[in-house]
Amino acid sequence: MTDVSDLSDVVLPDDPSFGPEVQVDYPGYRSTRWRAPDRPLVTLPEELHSLAGPVFGEDTVRESDADLTRQHEGEPLGERIVVHGRVLDTDGRPLSGALVEIWQANACGRYHHEVDQHPAPLDPNFSGAGRCLTDDDGRYRFVTIKPGSYPWGNHENAWRPAHIHFSLFGHLFTQRLVTQMYFPNDPLFAYDPIFNSVRDPRSRALLVSRFDLSQTMPEWALAYEWDVVLGRGNGVTPLEEDA
Amino acid sequence: MTTPSQTVGPFYSIGLVNDGQSVLDPDGVVLEGQLFDGQGEPIWDGLIELWDAAGGRWGRSGTGPEGNFSFRVPADVPCFEVYVFARGLLRHQWTRVYLDDADDDVLERLEPRERATLIAQRESTGFRFDIRLQGDDATVFFAH
Repeated sequence: MTDVSDLSDVVLPDDPSFGPEVQVDYPGYRSTRWRAPDRPLVTLPEELHSLAGPVFGEDTVRESDADLTRQHEGEPLGERIVVHGRVLDTDGRPLSGALVEIWQANACGRYHHEVDQHPAPLDPNFSGAGRCLTDDDGRYRFVTIKPGSYPWGNHENAWRPAHIHFSLFGHLFTQRLVTQMYFPNDPLFAYDPIFNSVRDPRSRALLVSRFDLSQTMPEWALAYEWDVVLGRGNGVTPLEEDA
Repeated sequence: MTTPSQTVGPFYSIGLVNDGQSVLDPDGVVLEGQLFDGQGEPIWDGLIELWDAAGGRWGRSGTGPEGNFSFRVPADVPCFEVYVFARGLLRHQWTRVYLDDADDDVLERLEPRERATLIAQRESTGFRFDIRLQGDDATVFFAH
C-alpha cells in the first residue's frame, strides 16, 4: 500500500494565469531543479520572432515512416490505433509541409532505448518512432499501437500517463514545439507533475487527444484526433503578414 | 490557443536523432561544446538544434555522456539560432552562438557578462561553445 494522502509536493493547484505557458521550474518534476533556467529571459527585437524556420522536403520522410506497425518482420503487440489531426497557426490557418516526428513506449510501457530499464518486455517488432509531413490542409496521420503507462523515479510510486512524444516544426522558427499527446480520461492525470506543469486547466486539456469514432478502421484500429496549434504563448498575436 | 510544451524526456533519440543531421556544411568547421546543469554536471540527455536562418541550413545533435555535442557548420556565418532541449526542460530554450564578436541588434542589448556567453571560442580544432542552464555564468536565453 502507498500513502496517497499528500500529493502537494508533486502536483500544484490549477492556476489559469499561466495560460498556454508551462511552469518551467515546476517543483514536483525533480529534474527541473538544476536544469530550468533561473535568470530572466532576454526580450529580442520583434523581427526575430518572424524568422522563417527550416523547410523539410519530401525526401525527409518515407511513406512507411508514418506506420509504426509495419517497420519490422512481424506486427507489434498491443492495441492498434490511428492518431491524426491538424497542425495550425494561432489564427487557425493550416500549416502545410510541417515535419511531425513522434516517439513512444511500446504497449507494455517500455522504450526501445538502452537507458530504459523498466522491467517490462521489449517488443522486437516495435521501435516506436515515426514521422511525416503535413498535407496541404495541415493534416498528419500515424498508425501505431497504444503506448502503456510506465513507472519513473521522480517520486514514490510515480507513473506517467500514457503518452506519445511529438516534435513539430511550423513555418516560422518560433513555431517549434516539442510536447506530449495524452489519451482521454487517463486515471494518472491527477498524479503526474509533467502533465500538471501546465497550470491552466484549459491549456492542459489541449494536450489530451479525443477519441474519434469517425476515423476508426472497422475490424482494424481505434482512432484518436489531436490538433496542434503552433505559435507564441500568452495570447500574443503574431504580426500580420504584409499584404 | 497555443498547444503547451512538454519535456523532450530522456528517450528522444528514438525519434529525433538521425545520421548526418549534425552536418550543416560538409566542408565547414567544427562547432562543439558541452551542455551543463546548475551543479556544473554535464547533461547526457540533451538535444541541441542549430539554425542558420540566412543560409537555410539546419542541424541537430544529441549530447553524449560528457554533455558533448558537435556540428560541422559553415565558417562564414556570423551566428546561428540555437534551441536547447533536455529532460527537465519543460520548454525548449532559445539562444544564439556567434562565431564572431561583432555588434548586432541582439548583442547590443546584452550586458558584457551575458554577451560573453554567446560568443564561441576559437580553438585549433574549430569553435567551442558551452551552454550552461543555470548559475552566475549561465548562458543567456531569449523570451519566445
